[in-house]
Amino acid sequence: MPWTDANLPGTLDGAGLAAVRGGRAVFAGLGFALAPGGALLLTGPNGSGKSTLLRLIAGFGHPVAGQIAWNGGAIADDMEAHRARLHYVGHQDGLKPALTVGETVRFWRALAGRDRADEAAALAAVGLAALAELPCRFLSAGQRRRVALARLALWPAPLWLLDEPTVGLDAAALALLEALCRRHRAEGGSIVAASHQAFGLDDTATLSLGDFAPAPVAAGW
Amino acid sequence: MSAFLAIVRRDLRLAFRQGGDGAFAVMFFVLAAILFPFGIGPEPELLARVAPGILWVVALLAAILALDRMFQPDWEDGTLELIRLSPLPLELAVVAKCLAHWLVTGLPVLLATPVVALMLRLDPASLPMLLLGMALGTPVLSLFGSVGAALTLGARRGGVLVSLLVLPLEVPVLIFGVGAADAAVGHEVGRAQLLILGAMLAAALPLCPLAAAAGLRQALE
Repeated sequence: MPWTDANLPGTLDGAGLAAVRGGRAVFAGLGFALAPGGALLLTGPNGSGKSTLLRLIAGFGHPVAGQIAWNGGAIADDMEAHRARLHYVGHQDGLKPALTVGETVRFWRALAGRDRADEAAALAAVGLAALAELPCRFLSAGQRRRVALARLALWPAPLWLLDEPTVGLDAAALALLEALCRRHRAEGGSIVAASHQAFGLDDTATLSLGDFAPAPVAAGW
Repeated sequence: MSAFLAIVRRDLRLAFRQGGDGAFAVMFFVLAAILFPFGIGPEPELLARVAPGILWVVALLAAILALDRMFQPDWEDGTLELIRLSPLPLELAVVAKCLAHWLVTGLPVLLATPVVALMLRLDPASLPMLLLGMALGTPVLSLFGSVGAALTLGARRGGVLVSLLVLPLEVPVLIFGVGAADAAVGHEVGRAQLLILGAMLAAALPLCPLAAAAGLRQALE
């Protein structure tokens, strides 16, 4: 098991969550519960707040109502500890055209304050071992996505937040991602993913964000 | 600390590889300073009188040139999200970005100053004071600039907006920087002016990162 005492798997709960984006309420009264080893698939039409919910769980901003809790304690009480326990793979891949794949991964590792991490193994886990010396500007969209996903294998974090992780991935990469997710869950880690495509996550709970659309009343501002 | 150095190192590497902002800043500095003898005539007395002012104004404009690129690329490609999630406090990440900005723009300008000063017939007696003032003042320009750059993240034509925000703030640096060099011409010691520049640096070093980090948090919500 890869966990340290400070970073053990736990439960993630949300209750009564509401979010506002651009002055418009995107969802309200949303709740979920996620046990260690569990996976929560966020579905719903475009604009139903999948990315917004993931960003709230990642701690970018605060919900306008409700709270998110890790092992029963509100994450807002200790954001530092919360950030240390999660991997967030958002829409953007975070690559610089002028840096090589290896340099990018090493930068992420140093940024996370990890002294040791097996970058070669992480790149191998997403099938990019041969491309470590290649500048990122030569990568295809799918390869860029793979580099971003390599972060998942770079250091252990009990909570993975994946925003459309399968976009641009080919069948081989999809299989690698599924393998990563399966191992992560077998070790007790949990996953929250927004995806239009079920990527082989067995016994997943599904949260349909369309069900939590706020009542269509004019907002007060 | 390793995360802090990782940001500085990566920014320097990007600057060297892309050959952009840093080279532009020092070339702009030299070229813009060269324009003045053409514009106001080559009389040595006149040039010597206005040289400190010219050098400071042009250095100030050179520091602003690359400001809109300070956070914008990281914000667009998602790196800023990773910086936010790292255990490094966002304020320190801003200091790292400012340090990199200064090493890429401020330091080359500082090194080019003696040559350009010679061309503008600056009184050799005032050169040490000019350089000391610039060594204290240019980091302040980078720090003030970080606040403007963070606040205008995501705004269209952010570059123009940053200049409008930051230029008025930088007037005191200009006044005391030129004051220190002018005092030396009159065979005084510009100690008071240098002390005030030092005080500005001492105040800006903790305060500007606080403000810039707040702006970045806002941009990431």
